[in-house]
Amino acid sequence: MGVGAHIAWFDEIGLGDRAQVGGKGGSLGELKRAGMAVPPGYVVKTRAFERLLESLEREAPVRAAVAAVSPGDLAGVTACSRALRRRVEEAELPGEVLEELSIAQERLVRGGTGQPVAVRSSATTEDAAEASFAGLQDTYLWIKDPAEIIQRVRSCWASLYSVESISYRRKLGFPEERVAMAVVVQSMVDARTAGVMFTRSPTTGDRSVVTIEGAWGLGSAVVGGEVTPDRWVLGKITGEIAVREISDKLIEHVPAARGGVEAVAVAEERRRMPCLSDAELQELRTLARRIERHYGCAQDIEWAVDRGSGAILLLQSRPETVWSARDAAPIAKREEDPLMHLMSIFGTRRCP
Amino acid sequence: MVPGTERAQAAYPYYMQFTAADDQRFWFYNSMHFPEPMSAFDMVTAEAAYCALGSSTTRVHCIPTTLGIDYRIINGRVYIGGNAVTDPGEIARRTGEFQQRAFYYYGNWERLYAQWREKMLALIRDAQSLPKLELPEFEPLSNVHSGRGIATNHALLDTYQRTLEGYFRMWHHHFEFLLLGYGAYMTFFAFCKKAFPEISDQTIARMVAGIEAEIFRPDQEVRRLARRAVELGVDDEFKEGRTPQAIMAALETRGAAGRGWLDELATSRDPWFNINVGDGFYHYHRSWNDDLSMPFAGLPGYIAAVRAGESLERPIEKLQAERRQLIQDYRELLGSEQERQAYDQMIGLAHRVFPYVEGHKFYCEHWYTNLFFNKIREFGALLAAHGFFAREDDVFQLTHYELKAAIIDLMTAWSNGSPPRGPEHWPQIVAERRAAIAEWAKESTPPALGPVPDVIDDPAIVMLWGITRESLDRWLRASSDVASRELRGFAASSGVVEGPACVVKSVEEIGRVRKGDILVCQITNPTWAPIFQKIAGAVSDIGGSMSHAAIVAREFGLPAVVGTGTATSRIKDGQRIRVDGGRGVVTLLS
Repeated sequence: MGVGAHIAWFDEIGLGDRAQVGGKGGSLGELKRAGMAVPPGYVVKTRAFERLLESLEREAPVRAAVAAVSPGDLAGVTACSRALRRRVEEAELPGEVLEELSIAQERLVRGGTGQPVAVRSSATTEDAAEASFAGLQDTYLWIKDPAEIIQRVRSCWASLYSVESISYRRKLGFPEERVAMAVVVQSMVDARTAGVMFTRSPTTGDRSVVTIEGAWGLGSAVVGGEVTPDRWVLGKITGEIAVREISDKLIEHVPAARGGVEAVAVAEERRRMPCLSDAELQELRTLARRIERHYGCAQDIEWAVDRGSGAILLLQSRPETVWSARDAAPIAKREEDPLMHLMSIFGTRRCP
Repeated sequence: MVPGTERAQAAYPYYMQFTAADDQRFWFYNSMHFPEPMSAFDMVTAEAAYCALGSSTTRVHCIPTTLGIDYRIINGRVYIGGNAVTDPGEIARRTGEFQQRAFYYYGNWERLYAQWREKMLALIRDAQSLPKLELPEFEPLSNVHSGRGIATNHALLDTYQRTLEGYFRMWHHHFEFLLLGYGAYMTFFAFCKKAFPEISDQTIARMVAGIEAEIFRPDQEVRRLARRAVELGVDDEFKEGRTPQAIMAALETRGAAGRGWLDELATSRDPWFNINVGDGFYHYHRSWNDDLSMPFAGLPGYIAAVRAGESLERPIEKLQAERRQLIQDYRELLGSEQERQAYDQMIGLAHRVFPYVEGHKFYCEHWYTNLFFNKIREFGALLAAHGFFAREDDVFQLTHYELKAAIIDLMTAWSNGSPPRGPEHWPQIVAERRAAIAEWAKESTPPALGPVPDVIDDPAIVMLWGITRESLDRWLRASSDVASRELRGFAASSGVVEGPACVVKSVEEIGRVRKGDILVCQITNPTWAPIFQKIAGAVSDIGGSMSHAAIVAREFGLPAVVGTGTATSRIKDGQRIRVDGGRGVVTLLS
């Protein structure tokens, strides 16, 4: 196995590599491929997890232990989870994996922004079919210490053996051989403002608008629902700003001095101030359109505005699922005689 | 009814008076077309228009779900009510008729529309060739020697009847295509609203609106005149605030160049200055030709732009390319190929019919209506000269039936050699009616009368007035909520701007508008285009997102809110306001 078997940089991967780099990793690679500004980073591939599992299996069964528990037996699941989590979190990483990881981390610090990193679980496509797969959304922010990075990679893996994860897999009868996880390690943006945007209206399913939600500081406050974000609705094509809701943003997430993030109160004068300018809104709209075109379907996108440069960076993009699942029959079809369309206005009563 | 105005109210014909039976029906105030109390004569516009509209919907094209519009008048205000067809059997029967009639029109649109233009221009020529009104002391000798056998006084009756007949006829032309045109637009509109629930009305309007519609032409003529003034070197005469009369007198003294410009003006005036400063439904909506202050108000600004080297040409190709792109971009967003094909069919149909929807107004509401009211004004001058009343425009206080009586009175007096009876009869009636209109104008007008239906889906009402249950609720709310600092209307042209309001209640005040003002007026109209270059935004009492005001505002990229209902009464001149044209909200700041 050659060098790089366990690590892949964002610019080397795309959506087609999801089996090895997971949904999140594949999507970040794909964003780079689409020409978007994405903070640099790498993915610890599923192969690394499999290597760890191999060494663990040599000591005592892992997969068989999970397969043996019954989903209804909460005590059994809990005991199994406790044991396996501890084993994963305390296991020595295989030498090659550890070496590749340190080289990659050094390269990220040297060649990158020098910023602390975020470590996130990146479930493989099969697992992520349900985006809500319990326990697989682990995210560790603003990590400075290299040793902690390694620990957090292990934490992500261990989350596969959380009580929720095990119960869920057992309930679905999901084969344990196919359980794998990649982990994303990415330079963080010290965000002045961050948030999410939808290329399809969350409220009406309209494809012609971009809904942007944002708040001061790191995006975790918005994603975690700890602040009511400002909200805008823009015409995707026209750029018309149809809705501007500026909220009272009480707190923001900022990097903590010792690593991690903390919630702090927003100064009175900034609370009701819009967290994005009209120019930034238009730039986000343009990015949303480009990303949607690149993927060919509606997207939910996470973004951040860098505090220092003011540049907009993309942190995540995933397909919109709610409305896409609801799309049913076309609202109108071609008519043999185009004039028959007129009967919808002239010939029918909405209320008989 | 306002006390003391009973006799003025009784002057309107019996068939437009409310009766007890009308209480059971839903009526709404047609503030869009008739925002001010109607004088006795001006009611002819409602009569002629509804007569022709109903003919089209009920009997010519047979719209399956609706007949015509009923109307009533109270306090000078026109209330209208729909006549929905609800019986499914009847709808089915009318559908068969509709498809034989309307579909034929759609199928032969271009040929029939070309024919329409010919008819309309012939009608205009007829109106222009009506004889001047004269009552010579003796019949001209030539008439006697030629054995004409009909004395000149008969020409008064003949001319009056032809004038009136032409007006009723014009309204039939007006509605020949209109509902069909709106229907095709509404079909596309409804599809867009379903496909894109949050799309703004103005975006749909931009996809459909024509680029080279007649309605842009008068303003383009003003721009042309600005360019010619600079080219001829007489541009120094056009100073802000100077009257058209003073400017034209000065140009007379500027030799060939001055006369050259006046010739250019004459070219523009016929026909493009036959455009009213209102919607043409009131006798006092005069045209640019009657009052040059509107086009002249635009000249200094355009001249400054020409001097600064700006191009005043509308970038037709660019605008067309933008429209194509907009249509293409929305098409791509549709969810399926099926929907894209339906979209293509519907926008194709809308584009096909829309030149009529946009173009007819110049010929009907502007050019013809102007000729009509000016002819009636001539009768007013003649009657005033014979002492029937003091001023020529007093004639508009008589109904068209009463005017015929007054004309016959004058004809009789001329033949008998006795004085006419009118001078004893009319002055006090005219004074009484003028006073009543002044009273009615002060009175607030309920937007609707009678039981409000749950759903308003009469296509004629929805198409022509944009009245839905929601808009009605909004109006009802607005009239009860005067304490609010916000006014709501249609989002006509997006953008946000703050500035001082210039509240313009009549065209004579147009000279007061200064650069950077936000224009607040009852109705904006394409004729106001020349001052759009000066203003920072526009707010109107009346109008929808497809109104010409909205189209012009979008063309100039100005934030505009139309159809607020109350802007000219709630906003004070000079008050600071904020216009959010994307949301349709006006905020009073000071």
